[in-house]
Amino acid sequence: MARLVVLGGGVSGHTAATFAAKWLGSSHEVVVVTPNSKWNWIPSNIWVGVGGMSKEDVTFDLAPVYAKAGITYKQAKAVSINPEGSELSQKPFVSIEYTLAGREGESENVEYDYLINATGPKLNFGATPGLGDAKGLGEFTVSVCTADHAAHANEEFQKTIQKMKNGERQKFLIGTGHGLCTCQGAAFEYIFNIEHELNKAGVRDMADLKWISNESFLGDFGVGGLHMKSMGFAVSSKIFAESLFTERNVDWIIGAHVNKVEKGVVHYELLDGSMGEEEFDFSMLIPPFAGVGLKAYAKDGSDITSTVFAPNGFMKVDANYAAGAYENWKASDWPKTYQNPTYGNMFACGIAFAPPHPISKPMSSPNGTPIGPTPPRTGMPSGIIGKAVAHSICDRILKGEDAPLHEISMAHMGAACVASAGKGIFDGTAAAMTIYPVVPDFEKYPGTGRDVDYTFGEIGLAGHWIKHILHHLFIWKAKLKTGWTMIPE
Amino acid sequence: MEKKAEHNIKAYGSNFTTMTPGPFALKLRTCKIWQLIRFIIINIKMLIVVRKSH
Ligand SMILES: Cc1cc2nc3c(=O)[nH]c(=O)nc-3n(C[C@H](O)[C@H](O)[C@H](O)COP(=O)(O)OP(=O)(O)OC[C@H]3O[C@@H](n4cnc5c(N)ncnc54)[C@H](O)[C@@H]3O)c2cc1C
Repeated sequence: MARLVVLGGGVSGHTAATFAAKWLGSSHEVVVVTPNSKWNWIPSNIWVGVGGMSKEDVTFDLAPVYAKAGITYKQAKAVSINPEGSELSQKPFVSIEYTLAGREGESENVEYDYLINATGPKLNFGATPGLGDAKGLGEFTVSVCTADHAAHANEEFQKTIQKMKNGERQKFLIGTGHGLCTCQGAAFEYIFNIEHELNKAGVRDMADLKWISNESFLGDFGVGGLHMKSMGFAVSSKIFAESLFTERNVDWIIGAHVNKVEKGVVHYELLDGSMGEEEFDFSMLIPPFAGVGLKAYAKDGSDITSTVFAPNGFMKVDANYAAGAYENWKASDWPKTYQNPTYGNMFACGIAFAPPHPISKPMSSPNGTPIGPTPPRTGMPSGIIGKAVAHSICDRILKGEDAPLHEISMAHMGAACVASAGKGIFDGTAAAMTIYPVVPDFEKYPGTGRDVDYTFGEIGLAGHWIKHILHHLFIWKAKLKTGWTMIPE
Repeated sequence: MEKKAEHNIKAYGSNFTTMTPGPFALKLRTCKIWQLIRFIIINIKMLIVVRKSH
């Protein structure tokens, strides 16, 4: 009997674990180690953050789902990996620390034959003074990265509405809280949902909305922007983004590294080296992401963390980490199998794998401060990669250790994204987009790096309907309800 | 007079070079019949990309 241990029960790990349990059946064991008792459909946190949904609408208990799937569930967080075992144990193992009520802090070593690291991001609020610290979110800004954060954001948001109703003008500042953030899409959704809700509350004219981000141009989104087929043209996402911001009367600051947050004011440095300040009454700034800080030890107990993990804490996989300058980047730098190059029974998927380099061209200010988006790994690629990795491991368990690994690269994969711009069955809108491939391949698609026949986008009510349906569809799938395998990642 | 999207453009400001939708384009965005048609078309386009990616 082989044992697969999956670290992290988020979008990628949950997909990997549930498919692996289905494919392996009861003759092998799948273990999930994840610190939360609930699964969260993170994209809908945006709606929780403006009061359009409750925390309960976007989360559900994991235990019954794993019980149904025959998955061993350990509500704990992984602390370290011993990929060679130890002097006391021949088998590789993960050291975990329970978060389950009643067993908090208890440690255990969980042996494995195969390991998937799907631990996602550490929300690194501590990277920017005032944005937060090692413990998490600070007191001056809000976040929508977790369901709890989003519920708190909504409480603060509702207070601003009350103030505006009482005649007090409010300044909203939404975007990224550091020069090396990713996930601009989430902040984009949040600012337009706020704008929509302010209109509904009849206080839009009392609010000044401003966007602040590390993108070098509006519409970069961490993927170097995209050209979409529209009206017979290949149109840059910059045009669409600037158009929407203008239409909704949202001002913007771009190329910004937020270097300090204080009560009611952020301090930032721009790509041209100048420094600025922006005041706010309400601010949601996405933190930068890092790996969750797992350690790795060799058999003799020596620290091999830097062998297994990149300096940013994400796990090394079969990517080309030596590509160097932007001019040398190739689509083939991106990983295909997500196998760790040192330990062949270890894989990483979703946000947890170390990308070879950003997708957007890296830039820095004349002061040497790097300012530019790090690469996003959104829901669809995270799910697809999780499933492909599970497939590879199941083949190796069922067909033998030489079974070929499944390959799926973000440079050959597309993504469908629906960015909400306001919730409402008849007055909501969302930008529905497809991008193919996610990582541009300038050799194959000269000029834009992407196939404009498969890269498109439009904003409207239909996009909102799709976003709403996807919310229910993905929660249905994650709960393993009838037909779940038919719903694509 | 309802405020038009282009009224938000600031001459020689950061948004001076963008395009803004007119009333007809804005109306279409929430026109239920038109959006039902777009719903079908967008779903087909997305399914094609999803199929290409698996
Ligand atoms: C507000 C917001 C909105 C978004 N909207 C969209 C969208 O509309 N569309 C889209 O495609 N993507 C969206 N994304 C991105 C999407 O949520 C991520 O791409 C996706 O969640 C990544 O999946 P993952 O499994 O890698 O990480 P996660 O889903 O974050 O899962 C990681 C899991 O690992 C667990 N974990 C952490 N530390 C440990 C540890 N030490 N040991 C074990 N487990 C651990 C975590 O608790 C979590 O359960 C959004 C993100 C945010 C923040």
